[in-house]
Amino acid sequence: MADAVAVVLFVAVSAYAVFGGADFGAGFWDLVAGGAARGARPRAVIDHSVGPVWEANHVWLIFALVVLWTGFPEAFASITLTLFVPLTLVALGIVLRGASFAFRKSLFRTAERRVLGAIFAVSSILVPYCMGAVAGAIASGRVPAGGKAGDPWSSWVNPVSIMGGVLAVTVGAYLASVYLIWDADRLADDAMVDYFRRRALVAAVVAGVVALAGIFVLRDDARHVFDGLTSRALPLVVLSAVCGAGSLVLLLRSSHRGARLAAVGAVAGIVWAWGVAQWPYVLPTSLKVSAAAAPSATLATLLVVFGVAAVVIVPSIALLFTLDQRSLLPEEGVDARAGSRGRGRTA
Amino acid sequence: MSPLSVGGVHVLAVDPVPWARAQMAFTLASHIILVPLGVSWACMTLAANWRAIRRDDADALRLAQRWSKYMAVTFAVGAVTGTVLTFEFGLLWPRFMGRWGAAFGIPFSVEGLFFFIEAIFIALYIFGWTRLRPWAHFWTGVPIVLAGIGGTLSVVAANAWMNEPAGFTLNKAGDVVDVDPLKVFFNEAWPYEASHMLVAAYLVGGFMVASVYAVGMLRGRRDRYHRLGFLIPFTVAAAATPVQMLVGDTLARWVYENEPTKFAAIELVPETESDVPETLLGRIDSDGDVSGGIEIPGLASWLSDPGTGTSTEIQGLDSFPADERPTTRQVNTVHLAWDVMVGLGTALFLLSAWYWVSWIFRRDMPRSKLFLRLASIAGVAAVLAMEAGWVVTEVGRQPWIVRGHMRVDQAATTNGGVWITFIVVVCVYLALATAVVLVLRSMSRRFRRQDALVDGDVPYGPREPAAEAPHEEEPVGG
Repeated sequence: MADAVAVVLFVAVSAYAVFGGADFGAGFWDLVAGGAARGARPRAVIDHSVGPVWEANHVWLIFALVVLWTGFPEAFASITLTLFVPLTLVALGIVLRGASFAFRKSLFRTAERRVLGAIFAVSSILVPYCMGAVAGAIASGRVPAGGKAGDPWSSWVNPVSIMGGVLAVTVGAYLASVYLIWDADRLADDAMVDYFRRRALVAAVVAGVVALAGIFVLRDDARHVFDGLTSRALPLVVLSAVCGAGSLVLLLRSSHRGARLAAVGAVAGIVWAWGVAQWPYVLPTSLKVSAAAAPSATLATLLVVFGVAAVVIVPSIALLFTLDQRSLLPEEGVDARAGSRGRGRTA
Repeated sequence: MSPLSVGGVHVLAVDPVPWARAQMAFTLASHIILVPLGVSWACMTLAANWRAIRRDDADALRLAQRWSKYMAVTFAVGAVTGTVLTFEFGLLWPRFMGRWGAAFGIPFSVEGLFFFIEAIFIALYIFGWTRLRPWAHFWTGVPIVLAGIGGTLSVVAANAWMNEPAGFTLNKAGDVVDVDPLKVFFNEAWPYEASHMLVAAYLVGGFMVASVYAVGMLRGRRDRYHRLGFLIPFTVAAAATPVQMLVGDTLARWVYENEPTKFAAIELVPETESDVPETLLGRIDSDGDVSGGIEIPGLASWLSDPGTGTSTEIQGLDSFPADERPTTRQVNTVHLAWDVMVGLGTALFLLSAWYWVSWIFRRDMPRSKLFLRLASIAGVAAVLAMEAGWVVTEVGRQPWIVRGHMRVDQAATTNGGVWITFIVVVCVYLALATAVVLVLRSMSRRFRRQDALVDGDVPYGPREPAAEAPHEEEPVGG
């Protein structure tokens, strides 16, 4: 049963990577879009694609945290004790990001909007970087078992964590650019379609290179995970690589829908490869999933909740998606923008 | 690391416990201001929405549409401040979570479900105005209301469990080895605490929204739109207030029977005795002497159990070991908070009574300016009463985080840098609060400008002028 809950946890983590990651990536493109005049058009696409979805996307994060602390409390205590600094940065970054994005659209003069826009964009990079660093800290065995604190700094300032952070940022940027092509397409803005396609191609290559380099970093610094990636998780690694390469090809052929699917496959593949590679540990190599697990009644409750969620939430999201596809949920008064809302979920 | 030393004290070696408590208290107290709006505003919006469709009421329609936009902002800010709390459970209380997460987490996993539903349907509702058929759109709002209720009942279940832990088996080392999820969720304190908070959400949310329109009416905006904007939420609040008096009274008597330390702090009772006076204000010193305040003879005993009247015995603070009850300062805090809550609650009850009496005899709300003045401060008063109520529950629980099982100082993080995060969090939240107020005000001004242009007759789903679109856009997504 502990295994099943671990799977649920990874469903939440990968959903967050795919949906939330793209939100952060959109912030990255916002940051590098250039000055107020030059960046106005890409920012308009970004604004309208990110805005409506970010809350629902961030529910996945809360869900993952709750499953972790309920299902594997000891691991949660170790992680939060050791990684106090990056997790605090994540929490603050989420507040700044969410709030500044919400407010930027609703008021203030250009100068103020610019400040809020900058906060939004910088925190969009800070948050995924720290999350990737946290993943790196766990994967490289720098979080000790037993609800004890590891080193507060070197646990997340090390080669694997840096690689994890950079990978998270680039992967988010890659996902976002692929999604944004589609959004620009729906806005019938060909110039922006081209704009984001060029960026998607660059981001895909960079993310691929970082992921490849990451494997060598893991070989030196996170042997257990490296061994896992090259053995039992190998099919997932291959799947991720094939999807990544496939999305490149599809992007070149302007098959945007297919590219999106492939991009999602590539990112989900990385997350699942990580999970399978560090199996059977929740904290390699000191705490096994089975040892960290809560009593069985708690695990059963989590599975029931997840089952109910599947029954209740999947149709709800499907409803949202369907209405959205039929352009029944326009932003008020801006019909050309109809149908953008489910973007994050439609992938 | 020596550069991090100031005056010989390492900056990361400050005792984290008081700072962790301060940060948790501050972030919770901030988040909870948004909670009533998240829980009850959707219901009031649907009431306006219902009226709009049923009676083809353009004012009600405008109201519902605008409320849904304000809701989008408050929900967004509530979501991020709620996310912070999720992180803080781990960042500030890792040892608590490590040991009790298997039980404490259960209500939160249920709450996650409701939060998800809420986030999805709030998106549908906010963005569904123009293209969905009116009734179909109306029904997309109903799950928001239900999820708000379910979420409240779940979160409060977690808090009630801390006050009245149940549903777990410990081994000799004190680890949780078995859990009964239903007993965790439906612990004994749950029905009382959860109903008290649920009613509070409607009461506070109602007074908050109504107070805005009361101010508008005092400033001369006495059109039908403002009147409706006042009447819907005020009716909700005025209906909730008497219910809350009953629920609160029942809860207090339950606390008397089950949490005697908290009750002794509430009633400022130093020694076990009968015929205990109800002390209004006043304080206790470390020797157990009560000074100041107004004493109403025998009332505390009588209220605790009207069956036995003034001969009802109330356990005093001295019947518990000093390290198993709140400190003197905490006792004074609890008592003062109690007086604030009950005092403001009673005042709000009287205001509600005025409203009902006026409706019964004149078929209209009170016309007097004084009523509107009081109604315009009722929002703030209701928030204060709710905050005070939480102070009573939480400070009254001290020194425990899991009553009888784990102390707060055993639960806290060992990271010495919490004082830094506390300061940062306070600054960020102050900026956030300022921004929220500015945003809501600017939205309101923008809506008024529109009214001046359009004036009245708005069809289902008004369109804003496209030229203004970049500024007139939805402030935030669902």
